[in-house]
Amino acid sequence: MSSNNRPLSPHLDVYSLPLSALISIVHRGTGAFLTMGTIVLVWWLMALAGGEEAFMSAQSFMGSFFGRLILFGWSFALFFHLANGIRHLIWDAGYGFEKEAVEKSSLIVIGTAGFLTFFVWVIAFSFGIGA
Amino acid sequence: MSLKSPLGQAKGLGSAKDGLHHWWAQRVTAIALIPLTIWFAFKVAILSMSDYQTVLESIGSPWSAALIVSLIVAAFYHAALGMQVIFEDYISHKAARIIAIMGTNLLMFLLGAAAVIAVVRIALGG
Repeated sequence: MSSNNRPLSPHLDVYSLPLSALISIVHRGTGAFLTMGTIVLVWWLMALAGGEEAFMSAQSFMGSFFGRLILFGWSFALFFHLANGIRHLIWDAGYGFEKEAVEKSSLIVIGTAGFLTFFVWVIAFSFGIGA
Repeated sequence: MSLKSPLGQAKGLGSAKDGLHHWWAQRVTAIALIPLTIWFAFKVAILSMSDYQTVLESIGSPWSAALIVSLIVAAFYHAALGMQVIFEDYISHKAARIIAIMGTNLLMFLLGAAAVIAVVRIALGG
């Protein structure tokens, strides 16, 4: 039954994960992380609906170092999942499967996620100074 | 001649015939979420240092509330579909897998309902 020329699974202890494989598992990880993060969104909306006092205490937590750390991680996870999700939709349409295209779009995904995260925080801080 | 594998023939389970709907619904919600999440993320960034009354009026304006409710429905549906795939891949124990998927679906519904109620209350000024 066995033949000697069959392809082997990667030897996991000596196998270096390609960038596209790393992005693939991070897409899953960010998806699960964003699912947990929806609790923060629901909490924020509930606080806003609950009146000024509830809202201000939610806002002060979001403005604290720990709150901002969570929001920063969440915003990067969101933009990463968004950018890579668009790549998945392009793959679903049948484009971009060549090795060079995949390597290029991996870098575009990381760049786009980084840029949008940076941009949204620049906006948050610049509007904060004006208000 | 059947193209089924011997194991598949012996088990006789076949396909549940709802995989396409899951796949399609995940894509539809994904496409809806592209503009909705970008819009919402930048809206929250702009409002980040505003006072209570300003945020209340901005979130509760009719178009804004409608878009946020759409965002909530699409996001929680998309999350439930995605978590189902993760559980199906990594939890091999059947009862544990079913409990995890069902529990997530129920939790996503509860959180989605809570968020919609909050937005409706903000929009109607309750």
